[in-house]
Amino acid sequence: MRKFKEIIIEKLILICGLASIFFVALIFIFLLKEGIQVFKSVGLFKFLFGKSWYPISEPPQLGILPLILGSLLVTAGAAAISIPIGVGCAIYIAEIAPLKIKEILKAGIELLAAIPSVVLGFIGMVTLVPLVKTVFHLPTGLTALAGSIMLAFMAMPTIVSIAEDALYSVPKTYKEGALALGATQWQTIWRVMLPAASSGILAAVMLGIGRVIGETMAVMMITGNAAVLPKSILVPVRTLTATIAAEMGEAVVGAEHYFALFAIGIVLFVISFAINVTADLFLHKRE
Amino acid sequence: MVKFDIRDLDVWFGPVHALKKVSMAVEANEIVSVIGPSNSGKTTFLRTLNRLSDLTLNFKMAGTIRLEQENINDIDIGLLRKKIGMVFALPLPLPLSIFDNVAYGIRMHGMKNKKALEKTVEGSLQEAYLWDEVKDRLGESAFKLSGGQQQRLCIARTLAVEPEVILFDEPCSGLDPISTAKVEDAMVKLKEKYTIVLVTNNVKQAARVGDRTAFFLNGELIELDETDRIFTAPKDKRTDGYIRGKFG
Repeated sequence: MRKFKEIIIEKLILICGLASIFFVALIFIFLLKEGIQVFKSVGLFKFLFGKSWYPISEPPQLGILPLILGSLLVTAGAAAISIPIGVGCAIYIAEIAPLKIKEILKAGIELLAAIPSVVLGFIGMVTLVPLVKTVFHLPTGLTALAGSIMLAFMAMPTIVSIAEDALYSVPKTYKEGALALGATQWQTIWRVMLPAASSGILAAVMLGIGRVIGETMAVMMITGNAAVLPKSILVPVRTLTATIAAEMGEAVVGAEHYFALFAIGIVLFVISFAINVTADLFLHKRE
Repeated sequence: MVKFDIRDLDVWFGPVHALKKVSMAVEANEIVSVIGPSNSGKTTFLRTLNRLSDLTLNFKMAGTIRLEQENINDIDIGLLRKKIGMVFALPLPLPLSIFDNVAYGIRMHGMKNKKALEKTVEGSLQEAYLWDEVKDRLGESAFKLSGGQQQRLCIARTLAVEPEVILFDEPCSGLDPISTAKVEDAMVKLKEKYTIVLVTNNVKQAARVGDRTAFFLNGELIELDETDRIFTAPKDKRTDGYIRGKFG
C-alpha cells in the first residue's frame, strides 16, 4: 500500500515536471505553424532583411529589418546605460556599502523591479520624453533614446541582483589573500573580485538584456513607433515587440499580415532563447 | 629588538569577547608559535596583527599593537599588510600561472620592470624551497601544483613583496607529512631574515620550529615561554594538560 502511494506521488510530480516543457513545446509549435506561412510566401531572407514594413498596403510589404534594428538600437542603448551603472551598483552593494546602506539599497532595487512596466512607460512619457525633446532640440521626444533610458531602469534590478550574487559568492579567501598582500580595496575589487565573478556578471548582463529585448509596454509608449530604418538614436523607432502588440488587434485573421506577426514572434523567441542560453552557459561555467 | 609590542589587547566580535587582555612581545628574527584548542582566539590574534579582523562584522578592539614602536592603526593599511605578510591555512593560488602568482603582489605595488620582476620571483621561489621543482614550468597554471607546492607558492608570493613579519595561520593543516616537513624547513630558514608568528593546531609542530611558544585558552594568553620550557616544565597546569592531550 505504501509503495503504491509512493508510485502515485512520483508520477504526479513527474507530470508537473513535464508540464512546463510540454507547454513550451506547444507554444513553439503553434508559433511555428502560424508563422511559417510568411517564410513560404515572402521568403525568409526578404522577410528578415526587407527594408519596408507596410503590412496594410496592397500588396503588403513585410520586411522587418526596421523593426529588428529598432529593437537592437533600443536594447544597445539600454545596455550601454544599465551595464556600467548596474555593475557599479552591484560592486558598491557587495563590497563597499556599510550594512545599513546595503539593506536600504537592496530594498530599493527590489522596489524598482516591482514597478509595473506600464507605469514606468507612463512616467517616461510625461517626464523623460519632453526632457529629451528640449535637451536635443528635437521635433519629438518619442525616440529610441527615451526608450533606452527607460528600459535601462528595467534591466537594472536584474543586473544588480545577479551580479551582486556573483560577487558575493566569490570565496572570501580570495579577497583576504589579496588584502593580506597589501592590495588596496580597489585593487582587490578590480583584479581579484571582478575576474573571479566575471562569468556570473556576464550572465547578469545577458539576463538584463533579455529582459530589455522582450519588454513591450513601456517601449510602445515612448519610442514613437515609426517603422522606418533608424539613422540615429534620436529618431522614433518601432521595436519587434511593440509591432506585435500594436497590430495584432487590427490584423485580419488568416491574412498575410496576421501570419507575419507570428513570424515576428518566432524571431523574438529565437533571440531571447539565444540570450538565455548564453547566460546559462556563463552561469554554469561559474559552477 | 622588539618587533611586535602588544599591550592589553581585547577583541570583541559583537557580544563575543574573543581576546582578553593579551600582552606579549615578539622579538625580531624569532618564531613564536601560538597553540591552543579551537576557539581559543589564536587565529583572531593573528588576523588582528595585520588588521584583517577589521573586515569581520562588529569587530571592536582595545589596547595597543605596535610594530616597531608605531601603532598599527596609524600605519597606512596597504603598507602595514605589505610589511606583515600572511600565509593562510588552505593554499590559495590565484587562477594564474606560477610566475604570475608570485609576481602578483609586487606588480600590484607598482613593479613593472621585467628583469627585476623575474629576479624577485626567482629569489622568492628559492627562499620558499620551491624553485627547483617549478623552474622549468613557470608558465603553467598554479592549480597543477600539489597541495604542498601550492602552499610554498603562497609563501613565495608573500615573500615577494618583502615583508618584515610573516604570519602563518595553520599553514600545514591540509598537507601530508612530507610537504609539512618542507614547509617547516622553509620556515626555520626564513627566520634568519623575517620574524614569524605561527598559529598551529599541531603541538608537535610548535615544538619543532618555535623558539618560543604561546598557549591560548578561551581568548586568554595563559603562558608564553621558551619552547623547551613550555614542553618540559610548563608553569600552568592547563598548558601541561593541553600539551599532553588531555583536552582540546
